[in-house]
Amino acid sequence: MIRIDGVTKRYPDGTVAVDRLSLEIPDRAITVLVGPSGCGKTTTLRMINRMVEPTEGSILLDGRDIRQQPVNTLRRSMGYVIQNAGLFQHRTILDNIATVPRLLGWTKQKARARAAELMERVGLDTALAKRYPYQLSGGQQQRVGVARALAADPPVLLMDEPFSAVDPVVRKGLQDELLRIQDELGKTIVFVTHDIDEAIKLGTKVAVLRTGGRLAQFAPPAELLSAPADSFVEDFLGADRGIRRLSFFPSRELELQTEPIVAIDAGADRLASRATAPYLLVTDLDGRPLGWSEPDRLTAGAVEPDRLLDFGRPFVPGTDSLRTALDGAVLSPTGWAVAVDGEGRAVGVVSQQVIGEAIRAAHGRVAEQADVGAGR
Amino acid sequence: MNGFFDLPSDLQHSYLGLVGLHLREALLPVLAGLLVSLPIAQLCVRFRWIYPPVLGITTVLYAIPSLAFFVVLIDYFGQSETTVMIPLALYSLVVLVPAIVDGVRSVPPETLAAAQAMGLGPVRRYFQVQLPIAVPAIVAGLRVAAVSSISLVSVGMLIGNQGALGNMLWNAQTYHRPALAVNSVLTIAVLGILVDAALVVVRLLLTPWMPRKGAAR
Repeated sequence: MIRIDGVTKRYPDGTVAVDRLSLEIPDRAITVLVGPSGCGKTTTLRMINRMVEPTEGSILLDGRDIRQQPVNTLRRSMGYVIQNAGLFQHRTILDNIATVPRLLGWTKQKARARAAELMERVGLDTALAKRYPYQLSGGQQQRVGVARALAADPPVLLMDEPFSAVDPVVRKGLQDELLRIQDELGKTIVFVTHDIDEAIKLGTKVAVLRTGGRLAQFAPPAELLSAPADSFVEDFLGADRGIRRLSFFPSRELELQTEPIVAIDAGADRLASRATAPYLLVTDLDGRPLGWSEPDRLTAGAVEPDRLLDFGRPFVPGTDSLRTALDGAVLSPTGWAVAVDGEGRAVGVVSQQVIGEAIRAAHGRVAEQADVGAGR
Repeated sequence: MNGFFDLPSDLQHSYLGLVGLHLREALLPVLAGLLVSLPIAQLCVRFRWIYPPVLGITTVLYAIPSLAFFVVLIDYFGQSETTVMIPLALYSLVVLVPAIVDGVRSVPPETLAAAQAMGLGPVRRYFQVQLPIAVPAIVAGLRVAAVSSISLVSVGMLIGNQGALGNMLWNAQTYHRPALAVNSVLTIAVLGILVDAALVVVRLLLTPWMPRKGAAR
């Protein structure tokens, strides 16, 4: 565990970058440091590998002060990923990734074999091994940066705004990839970002820092959204934190209805038996949704798919959150959301009202847990 | 025996002998200048405040006429090649120091931060990251220094037969053989172009990592 203990960084000109910061960074989890520019998040990260030395306080790694070992030994035991990747432009991709193993004295052969293995792990085509950084896209370079940080299998990974300089689509891909790699490797990751959405998506715990380097709140993302410590955190989270919080409520327990689902080839008597529902969801012969219709507008054997009402975006119960379910319901003019299985076949429908009840129930459970947690 | 490449005997060299001598007198000073410039440039990168005075000093050195250097140096080294090469080495600093400083400073800050964070100490950072990335700028400086040195060697004729190909200019006058002067000037120009081209090839070989113009990504 990394323990930041009462750390202050004051520069000779009197600027305080970090102010009496204490944090316990849990093992094998992603801890995100987030805040506006000038909040000292990068300074804090750089104090962990001693690229910046604190003015006061200490940092402990597994109970030992990090100043007790030689600085380069410490750094080689911590992977570091930086914005724009910071690759060595004069070395091939393979040799970039092999940097730390080579510093640790591995043979060239062994280091390169390990590098090739890591290229696959981070989703890079090994055909790129002999290329130089300028021949790669920004997203690919960032993947190389992650692979290079992981090369010597360090227990700790420090990431300084690693995905800020790539476009949103690539960024989402890199974030998903990081979560997947973290599932497999279980590193202790400290991740700096100014993007609160990224913090909430990636963080097991999120530390919100305010300008002047003071800690505003240190909590799991769901707690941050439900109970921001003060107006600074609340403002920083943005206007739609209520909606975003729904991301943490599972859709698993939504009660789905199957009666309003009819296949496109349904006969007249089957349509008649469902006529009490306000809307019917028409599916194709494989069960994939085509659109909604009022029951009296459907004629057996003559359903025109392009005259059906939009069904929004379907959600996968259990995998997607209540946020996705609600989004689907709001998107459709009928106010109903469509649940599908992994293959996209409709497995049920649910109304906005039912989703609303589920949200209220979820709030209730969170409140109960908070009471239990607080020992009340 | 008055062919274009036949030289008067007082030059003490064949044509090719003079070419070899000329290259040595021109390029050894540039090499010496490079060896001196590297630590000076590193100091300038490390301690920013010494860069402006260093630039000032190299410029002043460049402004001193070689004759003035010769007057002083002849007392120590006589009418020798060394006397010619020392000013040339000093002249090369005015190009090489800024070229190396710019090259080393062109290393992106995140590359340096990454190198530091991966546990490369200052010496490794210099030799494994900063210097290789500065190679294009350094070679660009070397090209200017080498070509200018090749043309400057000729002044060595002023202290008696130490100007290599430049000595032919003196002979052209003495023996009324203008062809010797033409030969001297043309040969020096060709040498300049060849050395420049050779340095371009060196750069291409040293920097396979640079984007090539027109090459597909």
